[in-house]
Amino acid sequence: MNFFYHLGRYTKTLYSLFSRPEKAAMYWKELFRQMNLIGVGSVGIISIMTLFIGAVTSVQFAYQLQGNLIPMWYIGIIVRDSLMLELAPTLSALLLAGKVGSNISSELGTMRISEQIDAMKIMGVNTTSYLIGPKVLASVLVMPLLIIFGVAFGIVGGLLVALGGTSGFTTTEFIRGLQDPIRDFDTIIMFIKSLSFAFIITSISAYQGFHTTGGVVGVGQASTRAVVYSSIVVIIADFLIAALLL
Amino acid sequence: MIQVKDLYKSFNGNDVLKGINITMNEGKCNLVIGKSGAGKTVLIKCMVGLYEPTKGEILYDNRDFVKMTDKERKHLRMEMGMLFQGNALFDSMTVEDNVRFPLDMFTSMTKKEKAARVDEILSRVNLKGAHKKFPSEISGGMMKRVGIARAIVQKPRYLFCDEPNSGLDPITSIVIDELIQEITLDLNITTVINTHDMNSVMGIGDKVIYIHEGEVHWEGSGKEVMTSKETELNNFVFASKFWKSIKEDQK
Repeated sequence: MNFFYHLGRYTKTLYSLFSRPEKAAMYWKELFRQMNLIGVGSVGIISIMTLFIGAVTSVQFAYQLQGNLIPMWYIGIIVRDSLMLELAPTLSALLLAGKVGSNISSELGTMRISEQIDAMKIMGVNTTSYLIGPKVLASVLVMPLLIIFGVAFGIVGGLLVALGGTSGFTTTEFIRGLQDPIRDFDTIIMFIKSLSFAFIITSISAYQGFHTTGGVVGVGQASTRAVVYSSIVVIIADFLIAALLL
Repeated sequence: MIQVKDLYKSFNGNDVLKGINITMNEGKCNLVIGKSGAGKTVLIKCMVGLYEPTKGEILYDNRDFVKMTDKERKHLRMEMGMLFQGNALFDSMTVEDNVRFPLDMFTSMTKKEKAARVDEILSRVNLKGAHKKFPSEISGGMMKRVGIARAIVQKPRYLFCDEPNSGLDPITSIVIDELIQEITLDLNITTVINTHDMNSVMGIGDKVIYIHEGEVHWEGSGKEVMTSKETELNNFVFASKFWKSIKEDQK
């Protein structure tokens, strides 16, 4: 019953996002602020993570391909495609569930317990629309860009391993693999995952924060729930997208 | 004029408000007093729409707030301002941005007009020069003033204050009380104040409503509180030795 209660309230919260803004300019301002926070603020951590993921993937595949009949230039294809289809979108989403999700949840939770949301409501502001809408939209807009960055940095990671020359494949072989044509559908899947995960992380985290109860302890609990639930839903969505579309 | 008629509010079957009937004096300071847990904050939150009453009417110039659509409520909310117990200032915004927020959100004023209005209001609450400070950088008394400034920046007709003196020293409390009273009279606002503070009751209580266990037990002026024969009210008002001694001196 509790699950259906939350599902209903979550749906209702999302539905209330689609109302006419009181003043579009204020929503735009908030949207750009959130895009900066979520997007620009996450470039560093996404770059570092995917750089090493690309490097590790190339080292491990090089190890597995040694002694096989499969040519070593396949590493370029494998690293690129696995980054696009799975590693960059999913691992970035899990990382952002921790970074962005907890941030959104604790910000809204603190606003709730300190009556800032009530203050806005009394002024006549549609609080769900103003406080959640720009966060969800900003995330959906910047996440695909972050994933593109992630794929690029992952490839750089693989390239650095090749440059190191100790993993059994050369830079030329790696670049040869990268030059293999990309299937359009892989790109579509990457964007579908990016958009879905962005929506999941921000909407769940915002929902948890917006409905925080129980003071400071409640803010911490909401933040934990935001990270845990959005990570679980991201993994489930990852499976469903793969199972249904691939 | 604000009228509350037969107002009930329950939480999980527990009645907090039990048939409240009150009429607030227009353009005056109306003080709602009572012990902690008497239902004062629930009453004020019902009046501004943060809680939905279980039963009853809340009339603003004969317009029933309870039955209004969201759109109608939004319109009426433009006429309301509220000072919260914990101030509820937006942490991420400066004093100036906090006060300007309702203007940014709901008016089509130019930047210049908004800046002039913010300057005017901040001087009105004696906060000149605090424009660029963040809430974390100012004192409790200053935060109250910013809260008042934000509540009145849109020239509301109704001002609600939830325990405006909580956490303030006695001198600052009196300053805030006097400020609220001045604003009420200057702008002809109907002000509703929740308080425990007997200095406020005596100082600015044009009308005082005593609530006990979710019911109105007594109504009168601040001065009449001293001579009331209502037992519960007397127990509440003269609980402290200080006020007890004043009553005995008067006798």
